[in-house]
Amino acid sequence: MEVLKIATAGSVDDGKSTLIGRILYDTKSLTTDKLEAIEKTSKQRGYDYLDFSLATDGLVAEREQGITIDVAHIYFSTKKKSYIIADTPGHVEYTRNMVTGASTSQASIILIDARKGVIEQTNRHFFINNLLRIKDIVVAINKMDLVDYSEEVYNKIKADFETLMSKRDYQDQKITFIPVSALKGDNVVNKTDKMPWYKGEALLEHLEQLSKADIYNVGTPRFPVQYVIRPKTEEFHDFRGYAGKVYGGNLSVGDEVIVLPSKTRSKIKDIYFYNEKYETASRRSSVTITLEDDINVSRGDMIVKENDLPTIDKQFTANVCWMDATHLTPGGKYVVQHGVNKVLAKVDRINHKIHPDYSGIEKDVTELKVNDIASVTFKLNKPIFYDQFKNHRTNGSFILIDTQSNNTVGAGFIQ
Amino acid sequence: MNKDTSNINSLENEAIYIIREVAAQFERPVLLFSGGKDSITLVRLAVKAFYPAKVPFPLMHIDTGHNFPETIEFRDRLVKELGLELIVRNVQDSIDEGKVKEETGRYASRNQLQTTTLLDAIEEFKFDACIGGARRDEEKARAKERIFSVRDDFGQWDEKNQRPELFDMLNGQIDLGQNVRVFPISNWTELDVWSYIEEENIEIPSIYFAHKRKVFLRDGMIWSADDEVVYRDDHEEVVEELVRFRTVGDMSCTAAVLSDATTITKVVEEIRESTISERGARIDDKRSEAAMEKRKQQGYF
Repeated sequence: MEVLKIATAGSVDDGKSTLIGRILYDTKSLTTDKLEAIEKTSKQRGYDYLDFSLATDGLVAEREQGITIDVAHIYFSTKKKSYIIADTPGHVEYTRNMVTGASTSQASIILIDARKGVIEQTNRHFFINNLLRIKDIVVAINKMDLVDYSEEVYNKIKADFETLMSKRDYQDQKITFIPVSALKGDNVVNKTDKMPWYKGEALLEHLEQLSKADIYNVGTPRFPVQYVIRPKTEEFHDFRGYAGKVYGGNLSVGDEVIVLPSKTRSKIKDIYFYNEKYETASRRSSVTITLEDDINVSRGDMIVKENDLPTIDKQFTANVCWMDATHLTPGGKYVVQHGVNKVLAKVDRINHKIHPDYSGIEKDVTELKVNDIASVTFKLNKPIFYDQFKNHRTNGSFILIDTQSNNTVGAGFIQ
Repeated sequence: MNKDTSNINSLENEAIYIIREVAAQFERPVLLFSGGKDSITLVRLAVKAFYPAKVPFPLMHIDTGHNFPETIEFRDRLVKELGLELIVRNVQDSIDEGKVKEETGRYASRNQLQTTTLLDAIEEFKFDACIGGARRDEEKARAKERIFSVRDDFGQWDEKNQRPELFDMLNGQIDLGQNVRVFPISNWTELDVWSYIEEENIEIPSIYFAHKRKVFLRDGMIWSADDEVVYRDDHEEVVEELVRFRTVGDMSCTAAVLSDATTITKVVEEIRESTISERGARIDDKRSEAAMEKRKQQGYF
């Protein structure tokens, strides 16, 4: 079945959890026992409506404070697709959570409170979705019931958002505006008759018809070797398979390839998925490849097509989202995990900080704090094989690991 | 002839990728095997991930001593057929050594006691990664769980301080004494697991299919009366019903459902139409709204 991962972004009280709860309710994805639990708690709190946010806020602290702290994953399916929604909270560590949620998503929903319109937070949400090059964005203008389902309000917000769109870097994004009321269920799963002026689809209808071509960024094939399979059994005595996931484009038997960093040439002999052989390994499949020649390949090496080499370099510049309470400073040392490859890196310089509200850049920055986004140049202890993020989502991104705490402290998008 | 891997399940591809990362990033991984459908699915994925080589880590079963006999019989056969290594550690031993105290009364269960036995076994074998079959759709505290979830020296989960996970880059760097719980089927739903079992023709224990069993009714749930494990009051009447188990844990905390689904296809149909969640049949979650979160913090799987 087709799986669609969606990230959601909205400020506190924009009704994000309510929207997700509404989707679950209207697609009958909430089971009787879960629904009963929601009814019970809503009643205890004296609400005269069902508080759908209770379906997603899983931690005690979240229920106590009535807010979402951590990225939660919510699952539901229709006859057409399986959906995974990353519910990313909009406050405190918003950049960290949004970047995390968006990094694994193919589409994104940005929520706007119809009463408040486009606010500073909306700029940030859009900026991050643009930075991560999410191809399909839905701008859900929520709480339409509180503005009398006014077409004027909707048009004003749409026009304001379009001003924002002109500033974006990634122009190929498809943006769809939908007026909704999560609380009342208008235009979420079912089309409402309260806004006859809106001719488009309901939110779920829109998601249902998204095709792979709409949501996936295509690049050139990259095959980072994850694990070397050597059975050393009688039957497979000389078998030497390279296990990994295919990124960017397809690989086929007979393709002329180069193994990095050794730059050894060879040809793809067989493509295995379990005990079956295939002619073609498509993007995102976890296969095992054998080569015509007996060469030394290990984890972290990369198999690429002959006339399609990535950049091989010991330094790069990237947009970094800093996610930790510690600060990033020039001279700081980190582990760069680029796919399955790890190298030691040193911060050469912070070029400038980027204001995610589209108000420009800031030079002469000496450190990065949590939620900061900046252009940073790194020097590495050995070369990596990368593409620019704009050309290759997977091979152009990396995470930063603190050598002391082992925590994931940042994410980067290579320029 | 011109076969293309594009129709292979994307969840399966993701899980295989994760399992391979475990083998590559850790020195001493182990697959936690309960005999339930989720861990059987994990075994299948592990076999696929390393073919034609053998699965490069052992399975470990924390045996509460209250397992369904069908599960144990199935476990031993599976391990033998696939040539896998199996480690078994018993909750009974932890009780005998005085490390944990058996619960008593109506709702007594050994489910919580497993945690101590598990943490001891992790220390005994110095496991640095434990692969488990937990899924995010099971329970709302699990929805916040990472794929690589770091546990401290005491096996505890710090839910407010989790590492962000981006793209499919999995950070398995840990300090000595820490370990990582790995959940390759995090993004699968119950229906996904069943559909996969059907599609792959995977054998599962017979208790997952409809069978006649002596049961009794309590709190609107159906309990097995076939054995001495589940505490039963004298007034709780035993009847014979056609039932199956939807989730298979310890006998003392797993309720049955009325069902006539005798084949995997019928089970999938039943799940698709079900209006009760899987963990609705788990008494251990009903102790309080935060029951799962509390157990997880203490190191429960």
